Amino acid sequence: MDFVDTPAEAAFRAEVRAWLGEYLRGEFAALGPGNGPSDETGWDVRVEWEKLLGADRWVGLTWPKEYGGRAANLAEQIIFNEEYTRAGAPTRLSFFGEGLFAPTLIQYGTEEQKQRFLPKIQAVEEMWCQGFSEPNAGSDLANIQTRAVLDGDEWVITGQKVWTTLAHRADWCFVVCRTEPDSTSHHGLTYLLCPMDQPGIEVRPLRQMTGSAEFNEVFFDGARTAKENALGPVGEGWKVAMATLGFERGTAFMSSQLAFEGEFADILRIAQKNGSAREPALRDELANAYAGLQVMKYNGMRMLTNLVKRGDVGPEASIGKLFWTTWHKRFGETAMSVLGADALTVQRSQDGDYEVDDLHYIFMASRAETIYAGASEIQRNIIGERVLGLPREPR
Amino acid sequence: MNFAFSEEQEELRRTVRQFLEAKSPETEVRRLMETAEGYDTSVWKQMGQELGLQGLAIPEEHGGQGFTFIELGIVLEEMGRVLLCAPYFASAVLAANAILNAGTDEQKSALLPGIASGDTIATLAFTEPSGKWDAAGITLEAIESGGKFTLSGEKMFVIDGHVADLIVVVARTAGTSGTDGISFFTVRGDAEGLTRTSLSTMDMTRKQAKLEFNNVVAEPLGAPGSGWPAFSKTLDQAAVALSNEMMGGAQKVLEMSVEYAKVRVQFGRPIGSFQAIKHKCADMLLEVESGKSAAYYASWAAAEDNDELPVVAALSKAYCSEAYFHATAENIQIHGGIGFTWEHPAHLYFKRAKSSEIYLGDPTYHRELLAQRIGI
Ligand SMILES: Cc1cc2nc3c(=O)[nH]c(=O)nc-3n(C[C@H](O)[C@H](O)[C@H](O)COP(=O)(O)OP(=O)(O)OC[C@H]3O[C@@H](n4cnc5c(N)ncnc54)[C@H](O)[C@@H]3O)c2cc1C
Ligand SMILES: Cc1cc2nc3c(=O)[nH]c(=O)nc-3n(C[C@H](O)[C@H](O)[C@H](O)COP(=O)(O)OP(=O)(O)OC[C@H]3O[C@@H](n4cnc5c(N)ncnc54)[C@H](O)[C@@H]3O)c2cc1C
Repeated sequence: MDFVDTPAEAAFRAEVRAWLGEYLRGEFAALGPGNGPSDETGWDVRVEWEKLLGADRWVGLTWPKEYGGRAANLAEQIIFNEEYTRAGAPTRLSFFGEGLFAPTLIQYGTEEQKQRFLPKIQAVEEMWCQGFSEPNAGSDLANIQTRAVLDGDEWVITGQKVWTTLAHRADWCFVVCRTEPDSTSHHGLTYLLCPMDQPGIEVRPLRQMTGSAEFNEVFFDGARTAKENALGPVGEGWKVAMATLGFERGTAFMSSQLAFEGEFADILRIAQKNGSAREPALRDELANAYAGLQVMKYNGMRMLTNLVKRGDVGPEASIGKLFWTTWHKRFGETAMSVLGADALTVQRSQDGDYEVDDLHYIFMASRAETIYAGASEIQRNIIGERVLGLPREPR
Repeated sequence: MNFAFSEEQEELRRTVRQFLEAKSPETEVRRLMETAEGYDTSVWKQMGQELGLQGLAIPEEHGGQGFTFIELGIVLEEMGRVLLCAPYFASAVLAANAILNAGTDEQKSALLPGIASGDTIATLAFTEPSGKWDAAGITLEAIESGGKFTLSGEKMFVIDGHVADLIVVVARTAGTSGTDGISFFTVRGDAEGLTRTSLSTMDMTRKQAKLEFNNVVAEPLGAPGSGWPAFSKTLDQAAVALSNEMMGGAQKVLEMSVEYAKVRVQFGRPIGSFQAIKHKCADMLLEVESGKSAAYYASWAAAEDNDELPVVAALSKAYCSEAYFHATAENIQIHGGIGFTWEHPAHLYFKRAKSSEIYLGDPTYHRELLAQRIGI
């Protein structure tokens, strides 16, 4: 066990710090850390910022050098995230592209696919969305009904996806489809990469309880994509999708956890200012939140060490996911307690729409975190069955 | 002992439920929550003229129906169930009770008939920007000069303060602190020097306003300076009323959850067949039923106006708000992605629950009151 930077790590940290010191200025610095992967505030400025990151290969940090990455190891990735969060830099735009799709592509893609897609992610020229969930395939993802059939050298996709975050911003969608007509459950699925800007795709926004519309329904009605845009073997899309879910539950949220430190600091500042930090019950809540935050971090470090040693996060990722989402939900409630009566009011946008401030956003959006990327009930089943070896529930 | 509603009371519940199902379906709630006024004048009139709801618990000699807090509790529970958008809590609960507790007979006769018929919408302005719910939170001083009182200062989170015709203001006489010097005044909604600003509420189904008083001439309600007992009682009654209202909402979200758990199929089975979901529903039922027990008992204590009221008011507000919030949160979780959308009503209840939990003081505050009142 050792938590101190090696000389190489210290040098890397200094490099990151220097870069952020040089570039995170003006309108970029003014953006502030924002609200997690689906936050759209300041989008255009953030695109510009992300392009700067991409140009210096901070996007694709861990990718192999031949694809433009820095081949950073996990320690370096953590260091980068730490410094990035500490600097109060803007929320990253490319959760779905860089966070979920790229590592899946690196694991399963052909050489041509990697050359085709990775540079565009790094250059922030193509944004991605995740087309997994359907009206009848939520927790039971294997119940996917969206179909794709080959027509000459193109896949033709028909069906409906739902809850597709940022589909309205995306250029591409990684979409899991049933390609063997009579197959059921996780057999006969294929992981297709489909361009969004075409007549066969309609994106309809869905408004969330926060008032904003970050997710969508996506209708595929004869949407087309080239035959070679299948990722991994045809008929084995489940395996590829599981890899994506693994990244989603595990490493992709690493930086969110660091962002919580910033949220904690914000709330503490408010609590000290409005006096609630002096109230015994709230002191207890705040100290408890802090303890949870640290334990979450230690959990994360252990999980990542396993990742380095074993090569995969494994079902233990469920522990991390269950922990941080449960913690964040309670933290949102603590935030409301800290606000006290001020929690009764929110903001309005200029045109009078319901709009929430950062603390109300945490309070509300955290409700979704125990639902997406595998709901808490599913995570508990995974822990019970795959970590602890309990017999399966009847399904 | 008889801990059950009478046949007449059940009949009242049925009548009110039928009326509200017709007049306050979700579409109406959504329409009204987007308006500035936040209520429908014709429904409000019907409530007053056809059902006599605004005057339900106001004595007959003041134009009301003379029923008790138990009947009031039933009506509030039904209103909470549908998230009725109307200034009922402000007018029939907060203001009416403040006047009953603090006013002289003459003042009651002058002010209550309008509230009872629904012609007057009234509210109670007590909380200030500090967001405190107790006597110490009242800092606005009433200045006396030549037998006339004027008010200057700010009141916050005033429920339906933007539409009220009559505002009962809790202030204090100059130079006093704590429970000393607490005084009630009445002010017309259009009084000179009064500026009202609607607040953007987290819970859009219940409107609140900021009221700024700038040398507003105010009429004392009861004797200035000795209003604390009346104010304290008004707060206890409000806590009881809110507890009942919350349980109506809690029961509704429990029903939504159970219904959805029966019809939503994943892995080839209704999700309610998974123990994770079934046990959630069972826990919700446990809390909702327990909350009702507390709220109903508190209604009885309020109706009797007995010594238990302060204790059971604090107890039920603390218990019921936690039960309600928990039920609305679980309701979202059980609904999955759909429960997080604007289109689904789950968030309306969730936001109402959180706001109700905070309004009048959160559970920690009420447990502290409870501790003091039982001598811990
Ligand atoms: C804000 C947000 C963003 C999202 N973004 C995306 C996206 O970009 N792309 C995408 O593909 N999807 C996305 N999703 C969808 C998300 O993955 C699904 O909502 C999730 O998988 C749950 O599915 P469901 O909503 O159909 O709920 P259901 O699966 O119907 O679940 C309802 C309830 O039943 C419980 N349940 C289900 N099965 C079991 C079981 N076996 N045992 C015990 N309990 C069970 C669940 O835990 C939940 O409480 C998003 C969702 C949200 C809320
Ligand atoms: C102090 C004491 C006094 C008792 N007195 C009497 C007595 O006077 N007469 C008498 O006849 N018996 C008596 N009992 C026995 C008691 O009724 C049993 O212990 C009880 O029925 C549980 O049975 P079990 O011990 O075999 O546990 P099990 O039934 O094996 O249960 C073990 C665990 O599994 C859980 N479990 C079981 N089935 C399910 C399910 N379907 N879903 C979810 N969880 C499940 C249980 O909740 C429990 O947590 C007594 C027990 C105790 C502890």
